[in-house]
Amino acid sequence: MISFVLKRFLQLIPVFIGATLLVYFLVFATPGDPIAALSGGKPMSPAVEDALRAQYNLDKPFWVQYGLYLKNLFTFDLGMSFSGQEVKDLLARAFPVTARLAVIAMAIEAVFGIIFGVIAGMRKGKIFDSTVLVLSLLVIAVPTFVLGFVLQVVVGVQLGWAKPTVSGQATWGELILPGLVLGLVSFAYVLRLTRTSVIENKTADYVRTATAKGLSRPRVITVHILRNSLIPVVTYLGADLGALMGGAIVTEGIFNVPGIGNLLFKAIRFGETPTVVAIVGVLVIIFVVANLVVDMLYALLDPRIRYA
Amino acid sequence: MPENLTPNPEAGAPRGKREGKVSNYKIEHFVAPISETPLQGVDAVKETGKPLSMWAEAWRSLRKRPLFIISSILIVAIIVVAALPNLFTSVDPTHCVLENSNGPAVSGHPMGYNFQGCDIYSRAIYGTRASLMVGVFTTILTVLLGTTIGALAGYYGGWLDAVLARLGDVFFALPLILGAIIMMQLPVFRDNKSPWTVIVTLAVFGWPQIARIARGAVIEVRNADFVTASRALGLSRFKALLRHVVPNSLAPIIVVSTVNLGVYIVAEATLSFIGVGLPPDIMSWGNDIASAQTQLRSNPMVLMWPALFLSVTVLSFIMLGDAVRDALDPKARKGA
Amino acid sequence: MRNSHASKALALSAALALTLTACGGGNEAGGNGGGGDTNKVITANTTEPQHGLLPANTNEVGGGRVMDMIFTGLVSYDAKGKVVNELAESIETEDSQNYTIKIKADQKFSDGSPITSSSFVDAWNFGAAAKNAQLNSYFFESIKGFDEVQAKDAKTDVMEGLKVVDETTFTVELSQPESDFPQRLGYTAFYPLPEAAFEDPDAFGQNPVGNGPYKLTEWNHDVNLMLEPNENYDGPREAQNGGINFKVYQSTEAAYQDLVSDNLDVLDQVPPMNLAQYQDDLGDRSVNSPYAGNATITIPSYLDHFKQDEEGNLRRQAISMSIDRQQIIDKIYYGGKVIAKDFTAPVLEGYNDALPGAEVLTYNPEEAKKRWAEAEKISKFGDSELTIGYNVDGAGNKEYVEAVVNQVKNNLGINVAPKPYTSFKELRNEVTKYKMTGAFRTGWQADYPSLYNFLGPLFGTDAGSNDGKYSSEEFDKALSEGLAAKTPQEGAEVFNKAQEILMKDLPAIPLWYQAVQGGWSNNVENVTFGWNGVPLYQEITGK
Repeated sequence: MISFVLKRFLQLIPVFIGATLLVYFLVFATPGDPIAALSGGKPMSPAVEDALRAQYNLDKPFWVQYGLYLKNLFTFDLGMSFSGQEVKDLLARAFPVTARLAVIAMAIEAVFGIIFGVIAGMRKGKIFDSTVLVLSLLVIAVPTFVLGFVLQVVVGVQLGWAKPTVSGQATWGELILPGLVLGLVSFAYVLRLTRTSVIENKTADYVRTATAKGLSRPRVITVHILRNSLIPVVTYLGADLGALMGGAIVTEGIFNVPGIGNLLFKAIRFGETPTVVAIVGVLVIIFVVANLVVDMLYALLDPRIRYA
Repeated sequence: MPENLTPNPEAGAPRGKREGKVSNYKIEHFVAPISETPLQGVDAVKETGKPLSMWAEAWRSLRKRPLFIISSILIVAIIVVAALPNLFTSVDPTHCVLENSNGPAVSGHPMGYNFQGCDIYSRAIYGTRASLMVGVFTTILTVLLGTTIGALAGYYGGWLDAVLARLGDVFFALPLILGAIIMMQLPVFRDNKSPWTVIVTLAVFGWPQIARIARGAVIEVRNADFVTASRALGLSRFKALLRHVVPNSLAPIIVVSTVNLGVYIVAEATLSFIGVGLPPDIMSWGNDIASAQTQLRSNPMVLMWPALFLSVTVLSFIMLGDAVRDALDPKARKGA
Repeated sequence: MRNSHASKALALSAALALTLTACGGGNEAGGNGGGGDTNKVITANTTEPQHGLLPANTNEVGGGRVMDMIFTGLVSYDAKGKVVNELAESIETEDSQNYTIKIKADQKFSDGSPITSSSFVDAWNFGAAAKNAQLNSYFFESIKGFDEVQAKDAKTDVMEGLKVVDETTFTVELSQPESDFPQRLGYTAFYPLPEAAFEDPDAFGQNPVGNGPYKLTEWNHDVNLMLEPNENYDGPREAQNGGINFKVYQSTEAAYQDLVSDNLDVLDQVPPMNLAQYQDDLGDRSVNSPYAGNATITIPSYLDHFKQDEEGNLRRQAISMSIDRQQIIDKIYYGGKVIAKDFTAPVLEGYNDALPGAEVLTYNPEEAKKRWAEAEKISKFGDSELTIGYNVDGAGNKEYVEAVVNQVKNNLGINVAPKPYTSFKELRNEVTKYKMTGAFRTGWQADYPSLYNFLGPLFGTDAGSNDGKYSSEEFDKALSEGLAAKTPQEGAEVFNKAQEILMKDLPAIPLWYQAVQGGWSNNVENVTFGWNGVPLYQEITGK
C-alpha cells in the first residue's frame, strides 16, 4: 500500500511538468497581446511597450520563458501578476476560499444526492422517483446564473436571512448559499448515479441473503446495498472536486466570492501566464491526490479490489 | 429464457462454430448428455447462443418497454424538428425588429419576442438542430474516447493505468475556457465555425470525466465472478474485457452521459457567452439562454422556452438511458 | 478607454472592464448641502486596481477612482467638468507654449513630507521615462524633451522642458503651443509624488502615500480598499464622511443586490439586468446623469469599399443614417443614453449640438438607401458581408452591436453580421495592427474635460488611438490651429470647425453619449455624480 501511494506521488512530477508546460504554451498561443491590453486602448510608446515586455519576459522565445519559469519555481518564486503582486500571495488568498466553497458544495451534493438517490432507487418508478427526476431536469436545464440569481434575491434580499454577497473573509457560514448553488448540477449526477447503482444492487444475491438472515431493512440498505453502490458515486465525486475548484466562475461572480475561478478567468483574459500556470499546477496536484484517495476508497468499499 | 421467441436456426449446429470457447469438450465430461436431461430444449438454446446474445437479448427486452417507446417517440420528434424546422414555423428567426423588443405573444408569434425583437418560438425551433448536435455528438465522442481509455486503464492497471489516468488528470485540470479559446484559433475551426467546433472542443475537454467513471466501473467489475469464470473458460484477457467487463460497466457511464447531454447543451451557452461558441448566426438554445441572462427580470419568457425544450430533450435521453440500462441488466430484467 | 463605463457587465466578465480612469471629484467647497452624519464610513463599489497605485501607471477605473481620492493635482474638475485650482496658486502663459506654475506654500503629503515644485517635476519625469514603463507616459508627450526620455537606450531620464525655479515654482516648456495644457493637469498622470516613492516605486504602488482628501490605510487585494480622511489635506474637496470602504466586486449584479439590501452605500453602475427596474427599486435614491464619454462604430479606411474616398464616405454615411439611435437607447438602454450629435460629449465646454453636417447622424432610412445605392454605382459591394466586431468581455457590447446590426441589415437590405472577439485584448490586437476585416465598436471616455481630447488622439494622422487609420490634412491643420489658440474657448470654436470635416468623412460613426445609472442606499445622502460619471465620494454623508 505504501509503495502504491509513493508511486502515485512520484507520478506527480511528470504530470506537473507536463501540465504546466502545456498550459504555459496554451496561454502563450492565445491570440492578442497582453501588453496592448494593458494600455486599455490608449496609445503606448514603443519604448514603454518594449520595457514592459522585458519586465514580464514576454520578449523572449517560448522555451526561454518556460525555462525561466521552471527555474524560478525551484526557489518558490511563482512570478508576478500584472498588478504587481506575487502570484503565490494571490493563490494563498484565493485557494482557501475556493476550497471551503468546494467542500460545502461537495458535502451538499454528496449528502443530498446519495440520500435522494437511495430513496429513488429503492422506490423505482414511484412518485418520489419521478419527482427527483423532474428536480434533476430543473438543475440541468436552468443555468447556474439563473438559479444563483433567484436564490440570492429570495434568500439574500427578500427574506434577508443572509447578506446577498460574501464578505472578504468568506466564512463557512457565508459560503453555504453559494455552495448550494455550485453543488446543484453535480447533485443531479450523484443522484442519478446512486439511484442506478442501488437499482442494480438491490436484486443482488448478497442482498437477498442479508434480508433472508433477518437483517433490518435500514441495515440492509445502508450496509449492503449502499456500500456496494458507492463506487461510481465516489469516482464521480473525486473527479468533480477539481471541477468545483476551478470552474466556479459563475457562482463566484454572483456571490462575489474572492476565489480561484474568478482569478483564473481574469488571468486568462489578460494573458497573465504566471497566474494561469500556477493555478493549473495546483489543480493538477489536487486531481492526482483526489484520484489517489478515490482509488484507496475502492479497496475500502469493495474487498475484492487490492493494491499491491 | 422466456423472452427468447425467435426460432434459433443454429440449434444443433456443430459446436466448433463457436469461436473462442475452445473448452467445450471438457465441459461435457461434467454434464450429463443433453438428451438425458429434461431441460434439453432450454439448454440447447443457451449453449448455441450467438456471441452477441447479451445485446440481442437486451434489444428484445428493450423494445417492449414503455419507457423506451415513449422516449424513442420523443427523440424521433426532436430529430424531425431539428432536420426540418421550417415545417414547424414559417417565421424567419433571423428577422429581428427592435421595435418588438420583449414584445408579448401575438398571433403568429406564440411565445412573443426576445430583447432584440426576434421571434422566440421560431428561434427555439431553429435552435434545435445545433443544440441537439452539440448534445448528442459530444456525448457520443466523449463516451467512445472516455470508455476506451478508462476501460484500458482500469482493466490492465500498471503503467498503462498510470499513463492514461495521469493524461486524464492533465486534461481535466486545463481550464475549458482557455482550451476553447485556443481551439477556436486553429485555422480549421476559425475559418468555418459550426457546431462541430463546439463539439470537438467539449469532447476534448470532456472525455476525462467519462474515462474516470469507466475506469472505476471496470476496476469494480474486473474482479467479478463471471469475469473470473470466463477467463477460466479460456477467454483471452482482451476478449473478456470486451465481452464481459465493458458491457457490465456501462450503467454508470450511461447515467453520467445522459446527464452530460444536457450539460453540454448548456455548456455551449457558456462558450458562446465568452465569444468562442457558435457564431451568432447559428441559432441554439444555449445561445438564447445566455442572452436571456440580462432579461431575467424584464422578460423571463425568453429563458423559459429554450430551457423547456432543453428539459424535454434531456428527459427523453435520460429515459432512454434508463431503459437501456435496465435492459442490459439481467437482474433488473427479471424484475421488470 | 474603450469599454464604455456605464454599459453593462455580464456576470462572467464584469471585472474586466478596462475603462479609462476618470479624474474625480468636484470642487465646491463644503459641497455638503444637506448636513448629515460626517463620521460615517461609506462603502462604494470598485474593481480591483489592475496595477500598483502610481499616478502615471493607473489607467483604468478601478485604480483611477482610488487615486483621485488619495491624490490631488495642480487642478481638479468640479461636478460640471470646470477646471478649478487645487494645489496650483497660478498657471500662467503668454504663448500657450511656455507655462509658469506656482504652487501653494506649506502643503504636505499624508506622511508629513512637504509638497514642493520638485514633487511635480520628479513625478512627471518618472512617468515619462520609458525605462519606468509607465502606462500613462504618453500624457507627457507635449513636454519638450519627451522624445529623448522615450528613446531606446535613452541617455537621460529628465525632460528638458521641466525646470524647477524655486520651492514653489516650476516652468514647463512644450514642444508646440497647446492651449488646453492647463486643462489636462487634473488628470491622474499629473499628480505629484513624495520623494520616498522613487526609492522603490513598486512597493510604493502597493502602499501609496498621497496628498488627496483621503489616505489609503488598508488594501486587501480582491476584497477591499480602506480610505480614511487625510488631515493634511487642505483643499476644496475636503472629506464630509468618516472614510470610504471601496469594496471590490467581480460583477455589478452582485453589487446591485448589496445595494438594494443596504449592504453597499453607493453604486456607480446599475447592471443591465436591472436597468428596466432600478428606478422602481430605488426610487429617489437613483440617478441617470450624462458624463463625458461616447460610443461609436469605426469602419476603418483600409477596408475595401470603405476607403477614404467618395464611395467609402457614402457607405459610411448610409450606415450611419440607417441606425435608429433613439430606438436602441429606448429599447436596449431603457433611455439611459443621449443620442449623439457630434464626436465629443455634451458636458464639455464649447460643445455644440447643432454642427453643420450633423444630419448624417440622424436616422433616415430612405436617404441611407439612396446613398448606399450611389456607392453601389461606383463599385459593387453586393452580397458581401460586413461584420461589426465587439469584445464580449466588455459590458453589454453584444446587445447594442446586435441591435445596430439588425437595423443596418433591415434598413439597407445588406448582409451584416456581429463578430464577437473573446477579449478586449484580442480585439485591440487586431485593431492596433490595422488587421480588422470589418467594422468594430469603439468609444472614448475623456481623460480630461476638453473637446481636443475627443479629437486629437483619435482622428489626427497617425495619432495613438486612430483606429480607423483616418488621415486628413485639412483636419490636422485645424487641430493645430485650435491648440495654438489663445484661450480654450477660442480653441473650442476651431475644434468644432474641425468636426465638420469629420461629419463628411465619418472616421467613426457616433452613436450616443454615455450616461451613468447609479444609486445609493438608505444609509447615505448628498450623493452626486461628476462630469466623468464617478460619484463625488468626498461629499457623501451618512443619514
